[in-house]
Amino acid sequence: MQITERTALELGRMIKKKEISVREAVDASYQRIAALDGDLNSYVTLDQEAAYARADQVQAGIEDGSITGPLAGVPAAVKDNICTEGLLTTCSSKILYNFVPTYSAEAVLNMEKAGAVILGKTNMDEFAMGSTTETSAFGPTKNPWNTGHVPGGSSGGSCVAVAAGEAPYALGSDTGGSIRQPGSFCGVVGLKPTYGTVSRYGLIAYGSSLDQIGPIAKDVSDCAAILEMIASHDKKDSTSVARTDCDFTSALVDDVKGLRVGIPSDYLGEGLDDEVRQAVLDTADVLRQKGAIVEEFDLSLVEYAIPAYYVIASAEASSNLSRFDGVKYGYRAAEYEGLHNMYKKSRSEGFGEEVKRRIMLGSFVLSSGYYDAYYLKALRTKALIKQSFDRAFEKYDIILAPASPTTAPELGKSLSDPLKMYLGDIYTISVNLAGLPGISVPCRLDSKGLPIGVQMIGDCFNEKAILRAAYAFEQARGRFLVPEIAKNGASEKTDQKTVNDTDALQKTAADKEGE
Amino acid sequence: MANIISDETIEYVGILAKLELSDEEKEQAKKDIGRMLDYVDKLNELDTSGVEPMSHVFPVSNVFREDVVTNGDEHEATLKNAPAAKEQSFMVPKTVE
Amino acid sequence: MAKQYETVIGLEVHVELATKTKIFCGCSTAFGAAPNAHTCPVCTGMPGSLPVLNKQVVEYAMAVGLATNCEIHQFCKFDRKNYFYPDNPQNYQISQLYLPICHDGYVEVDTSAGTRRIGIHEIHMEEDAGKLIHDEWEDCSLVDYNRSGVPLIEIVSEPDMRSAEEVIAYLEKLRLIIQYLGASDCKLQEGSMRADVNLSVRELGTEKFGTRTEMKNLNSFKAIARAIDGERERQIELLEEGKPVIQETRRWDDNKEYSYPMRSKEDAHDYRYFPDPDLVPIVISDEWLQAVRDRQPELRTEKLARYKKEFDIPEYDAGIITESKRMADIFEEATALCGKPKKVSNWLMGETLRLLKEENREPETLDFSPKHLAKLIDLAEAGTINQTVAKEVFEQIFREDVDPEAYVEEHGLKTVNDEGELRTVVEGVIAANPQSVADYKGGKEKALGFLVGQTMKAMKGKANPAAVNAMLRELLS
Repeated sequence: MQITERTALELGRMIKKKEISVREAVDASYQRIAALDGDLNSYVTLDQEAAYARADQVQAGIEDGSITGPLAGVPAAVKDNICTEGLLTTCSSKILYNFVPTYSAEAVLNMEKAGAVILGKTNMDEFAMGSTTETSAFGPTKNPWNTGHVPGGSSGGSCVAVAAGEAPYALGSDTGGSIRQPGSFCGVVGLKPTYGTVSRYGLIAYGSSLDQIGPIAKDVSDCAAILEMIASHDKKDSTSVARTDCDFTSALVDDVKGLRVGIPSDYLGEGLDDEVRQAVLDTADVLRQKGAIVEEFDLSLVEYAIPAYYVIASAEASSNLSRFDGVKYGYRAAEYEGLHNMYKKSRSEGFGEEVKRRIMLGSFVLSSGYYDAYYLKALRTKALIKQSFDRAFEKYDIILAPASPTTAPELGKSLSDPLKMYLGDIYTISVNLAGLPGISVPCRLDSKGLPIGVQMIGDCFNEKAILRAAYAFEQARGRFLVPEIAKNGASEKTDQKTVNDTDALQKTAADKEGE
Repeated sequence: MANIISDETIEYVGILAKLELSDEEKEQAKKDIGRMLDYVDKLNELDTSGVEPMSHVFPVSNVFREDVVTNGDEHEATLKNAPAAKEQSFMVPKTVE
Repeated sequence: MAKQYETVIGLEVHVELATKTKIFCGCSTAFGAAPNAHTCPVCTGMPGSLPVLNKQVVEYAMAVGLATNCEIHQFCKFDRKNYFYPDNPQNYQISQLYLPICHDGYVEVDTSAGTRRIGIHEIHMEEDAGKLIHDEWEDCSLVDYNRSGVPLIEIVSEPDMRSAEEVIAYLEKLRLIIQYLGASDCKLQEGSMRADVNLSVRELGTEKFGTRTEMKNLNSFKAIARAIDGERERQIELLEEGKPVIQETRRWDDNKEYSYPMRSKEDAHDYRYFPDPDLVPIVISDEWLQAVRDRQPELRTEKLARYKKEFDIPEYDAGIITESKRMADIFEEATALCGKPKKVSNWLMGETLRLLKEENREPETLDFSPKHLAKLIDLAEAGTINQTVAKEVFEQIFREDVDPEAYVEEHGLKTVNDEGELRTVVEGVIAANPQSVADYKGGKEKALGFLVGQTMKAMKGKANPAAVNAMLRELLS
């Protein structure tokens, strides 16, 4: 088996046993990136020089015993909306094309403490607004299972990097499904933790009340280990929760006897692809055979989650993104007359279409006369949705659901109808509204050869239940397939990306705009 | 379409959001916002009377810092990404109230 | 007969709180640093940064609320006020709209027409903005975020004031309360206390309020008084001409004594307030509230009453002394050390006020130590120095906070009590001034004063005037 097919924990063990050096692990990822990423475009910034230097440093730390832990020395990719000190962080937006943070996100600091080596920053939908990674200012990321299809989004770059062996694991962020949906499209495991579990400090906000950073990896065990590493009570994030139950790997037990699993029947109706429905039902059978008690139930309010979400997320985004104005950092228009014109031009030229659409909608729903009708109504709906989940978790330990109504759509087919694209988030969005943990696990390939993922949702602070169920399912399923593209060695070199090359990035953004 | 967004509204939202749209973009935005609002109007089917608006999903409260200085002179970091700076300050077009 | 108009005034007073750090980050609030020296990702709106509330801000706000008879919202929240301006790094200000910490209070103020009660609508917490400086050489402005994130409370009054006199009395009252609480130094000139004036006029006897305007940029009591008169005149003129008053924000220009509208078509004044998702609610328990209540210091009214009971000083003096928290503190500490309230009060009412006036300073800026004043009083009482020397030494205490004992020693200012030395000097003065001696002997009592003066001069002021007087009388008899 190639190094790039190893899970993060396997790699960690190999490094510990000195079967492979940290540098070799980093090298393997970069070779794969060099071979594939010209086509896949999962990275927006690479930092090879720093990564190799860091690799040697971590190697020394492992050897002198100062760096321990199961993921010490394992390289990783970080979504480009998570701040990394000294490393370009753009949110895949032209407006932050040259932004180099002077601080790192708390999750990144936790990773580094545990001996992670950051390979680079991954592509995403601009400011995490999108479900396909096509709204990036730096061009779309492609699905490694079929490069004519999207990888999903917004953490498309992170999911593709993991699926294609360009990174052993990655961090993503999830505001309405942005880890779980691309995870399911790419055949990797993605976990969105309970709100407040991973610090949001250094995560560039989209919808502050919904955003969570989470792990993306090859299997459930990796996800548990990564979450254990990045979860922390951070005094810099007022919404961070002090948890004492972050020993997530302890839940990796192949035992679901007596586990109560509910499947919302209102998730299985109209709009759900038959193959996806069958995958969910088959997953239920696997769990049932292992002793779980599975039944369908009526979750209710399903159709109200998307409108409530778009009001809340857009409102928060309109305010969160107002700081991008060409004054303190990022893009400033070349020509302008006076202050307000500078604001307008910098923002209009710097933001892409989808971002502008949500800022406009958010500004509108908060504006004088509409606040009660839209914003407060959405917050009340959110309260009702939370209640319906609370009721469900009185009866069930986990909820089993699709991660997305379909498998990955073709490139270029989604953006023309935003509303239709939004509807694709129907199974993931309410989880964010209610602050719950959710995991998506690859199940099988559909008839087109694209991965189908299933989603498991837990009650708040009960990641362990979904980890246990997902782990048990995975044990029955066996190691997941590797996309064809990622099977070959890293021989063919495509146009390699430059390190931290802001001019090139700006050029890419400009080219894209000219199209 | 039930929600018709007027030119004035789009103009107004542009001022609030500090976005300058071309005529074509304005037409598109009118359509997009109108369609989204039609969809959002679905929430009116729900009876939410007596339901408290929920901002935070968990009842966390009273997260404080102590009043202790922890930061030193960080002007270099603050100004590192400035598009234009002068005299240790951010430079902006002449602004008078 | 010409119409009679009534002015209706409400105030929005912003007070910078005396915390060591900013409201949402650990940056210092100290004045005078180089531009952007006191900044960090949080107070400059860097992407991904998050606010965490300074507990002291909540306690100061509660203290001011309690001292102004407010109700406290025991469940309160922060909201975002969205507007674009370069001094506002996030392009939203974190403030409180829906559930401000204090509401429905009042203060009582003394005016020439008697005691008036001014209602307080609410007090809320918020963050201050940075500073915009116009560049002299280039056509641009410079932004400094040192003040960005400094904690403020905004005290919003009811429209209960009717004249500039009432407004000033209300502001003085607020200032005293807040200074006594130690919640702010309330310096108008330096901007740690700022007042926006909402003013409308209506025909006397009508109930309906007129359309109001809001005036900003008022940085002294005098400017506030002028602005009120100026705006009243402007509005009456409009009404007399049958023109409407437009509800707007105006900037007072104290040099031109006129206000100008601060409007632009780019400002919609639609702030799109919504609860800040980055901050969690503040829940004030009964215990916490009681603890703050128990810690409330003695305020001015109580202090005044106590002075009347405890100290034998004139009521007028007590009034002046307690008008400044700093002055009252000096009075109490010095009195405790020397046990002579009357003497302390005399030094404060006399020399201290004279020197403050000479230097154009406020009593709050007094920075000498009370123990030095107490020592000076002891020295004078013991006759170690005479009154003239004492005044000279006090000036040094006032300016440099010198230790009077050391200063007197170092400069050889002790009164000479050596009778032999004094006799020699007095004999010399008598010999040198035969005409005055003759005048005295001829019954001109005034001449003795001249001789005393000559002796004091020869002694460089270090003699005890009473002793000189006695010696002269003895030698000339």
